[in-house]
Amino acid sequence: MAIETARKTPEDYLRECQAEEAALQQRHLKIFLGYASGVGKSMRMLEEARRRRERGQDVVVGAVQPAVPPEQAAVLAKLEVMPLRVVDGGTAIDVDGLIRRHPTVCFIDGLAYDNPPGCRNRTRWQDVDDLLNTGIKVIASINIQYIAELQEQVEAITGKHVEQTVPVAFIKSADEIEIVDAAPEAPLEHSPSERTERLSKLRELALVLAAEVVDEQLNEYLENHGIHPTFGAHERILVCVTPRANAHEMIETARTISQRFHGEWTVAYVNQPAISDVDQAALDQKLAMARDAGANIEILEGEDPVSAIVGFAQARGITQLFIGHSQRSGLWSRIRGNPVDRLLRLSRGMDVRVFPQ
Amino acid sequence: MPDSQRGKLKIYMGYAAGVGKTYQMLEEAHSLKSKGVDLVVGYFEPHGRKDTIALIQGLEVIPRKKVEYRGTAFEEMDAEAIVARHPQVCAVDEFPHTNVPGSARTKRWEDVEVLLDAGIDVLTTMNIQHLESLNDQVWHITGIRVRETIPDWVLQQASDVVMIDLTPRALLHRLQRGVVYSSDKAQRAMQNFFRESTLVALRELALRETAHEVEQRSEGEAVPAKIGAAPGEARHKILVLVTEDPKTAMAIRRAKRVGDFLGAECFAVAVRRLGDLNGLPEAEREAIERHLNFARNLHIETRIIEGIATAEAVVDFARRNQITQIFVARPKERAWPVPLLLRDLVQKIVYRAKEMQIVIVADRGPQSG
Repeated sequence: MAIETARKTPEDYLRECQAEEAALQQRHLKIFLGYASGVGKSMRMLEEARRRRERGQDVVVGAVQPAVPPEQAAVLAKLEVMPLRVVDGGTAIDVDGLIRRHPTVCFIDGLAYDNPPGCRNRTRWQDVDDLLNTGIKVIASINIQYIAELQEQVEAITGKHVEQTVPVAFIKSADEIEIVDAAPEAPLEHSPSERTERLSKLRELALVLAAEVVDEQLNEYLENHGIHPTFGAHERILVCVTPRANAHEMIETARTISQRFHGEWTVAYVNQPAISDVDQAALDQKLAMARDAGANIEILEGEDPVSAIVGFAQARGITQLFIGHSQRSGLWSRIRGNPVDRLLRLSRGMDVRVFPQ
Repeated sequence: MPDSQRGKLKIYMGYAAGVGKTYQMLEEAHSLKSKGVDLVVGYFEPHGRKDTIALIQGLEVIPRKKVEYRGTAFEEMDAEAIVARHPQVCAVDEFPHTNVPGSARTKRWEDVEVLLDAGIDVLTTMNIQHLESLNDQVWHITGIRVRETIPDWVLQQASDVVMIDLTPRALLHRLQRGVVYSSDKAQRAMQNFFRESTLVALRELALRETAHEVEQRSEGEAVPAKIGAAPGEARHKILVLVTEDPKTAMAIRRAKRVGDFLGAECFAVAVRRLGDLNGLPEAEREAIERHLNFARNLHIETRIIEGIATAEAVVDFARRNQITQIFVARPKERAWPVPLLLRDLVQKIVYRAKEMQIVIVADRGPQSG
């Protein structure tokens, strides 16, 4: 490695960087996310393959589900399919074959498979990653049950343990995600069964994950365009604690509201010079309580707490700002005027929730 | 009529025109029909989209009713004719539509209520931007004040809400190819409502709302109970203060939305000042009346209380009624800080109701820049 790098000229590096950048820019992954098999994910995906092909795109199907129903077979018959490779009795997508064939778009129905031993990658999503890196656009499908980080929740709902999973980071790296949300069972069912109940919970998980991916895309988009307005499509709560705040009620309320809204919450403290040991201990205890309840903790710096809080809140797209009663009066007001008034003036686009002592 | 005989409502939720709501609804209509369900189409808006128009073939469409308004003939859904025909299921496009003046009911969702009351199941379509409690957020995101809204309780009574998803990029492609609108309309649409960032934000709203609706349904009655169940923790009760300030509507929407999510009761309260011999100026009284009406339409209980000073009366009422949260509109911008005696209403309430949570509702106007 060292020898190789020693031979490279700065021009080589530049070219390499540019090539890498170009590949990264071309990298394009689209994911169809479902919440159960049979919701029509495969059909939606194959329909898209058919439409693209009709529009003259170079389309290859790199993986289909083990069992193909007749209506899918009819669509597949009109498409080019690269069969799975059989290795040691297991199957894997033919990565080398696909790279050689190099279609514009490759369709992979089912991302969550472990490859048999002896393949270039351990899992199929890593194979897909390789395809993406060579500039092949990939459109793939997955069910919410197979997201690694959701295993605990999925198991609690379905009672089943899934072995083959895909990390959520890979799903979040998708440029586009589309949710296939047909309602469970027959429409307008009059009394929901246990099964539809389970499916509803999976639906909820899938919808929330899709919303999170979309939220990240939105932030990225806004950042790339140099704008950071708060769209407020996602509830984000900022709890401002002080050593003497009634942190318990604030933290509980923030936790409940963010749970109900599928939002996120942060607990922030603005560093104050020279606080007493007693206050420091009280503060540490409050921050620990917040951390235990699942909050992100932020220590903000700034001579003026109000500007520090509002600046942070604006940068993070906060929609609800929680402040304590102790901030209704006290030291701040004597120095800078009433802090609640100042906060209100500066935080026009946020709800401000003032808590009792 | 007993609840079990009331029709079920299923909503196909989207985030913009052209995502495929009507298409999906009609596909399902066909699938129901093929299973032997007696189904009619109550209202269908073709929008010149070929794929969708093709899907109407083979379905029974109830003729629209002609309504004349100022010398022009308009066509609306004929709810009475549908009730007379009495199918098992009726598909109705564009749930948030406002009927032309002179129709039996102002809104199409009210027509749908008539069908549901008659025991007919209804499939219908809507976009997220038409949900009342999101009206300010949608204004903020799109810069457009959506006038045709559906009260949240109407959505809540649906037995199912399904998200009809399409990525914004795919939608923009459809728009460019002229699938959604004719080309000049498409150009205009792309500059306004269909900017990519706007679409992404609306889509996120729709996904989150659908997730919430799904959650509500899967938890059933457990939702409010769970909030109130924690030992020693009182259930939340929300008061929203109604004044003549136009921002009151924002406070009402937000209070209702947060209240619904928390499973909290919500009251809208206006104060009539005692000793005010001439009463309020006409415009002010009208504004308050309008806001109270608005709250009632959202199924919020309203009260008018009397008191010498508004802040005092509101906080007293809140204490007597075990209110835990007070929602108020954001006060007007002015020179700050203000001497103690000249504090505005919000400040007075914040200082007086020290044992309650006070929410000063954001001013979610359109983005600048």
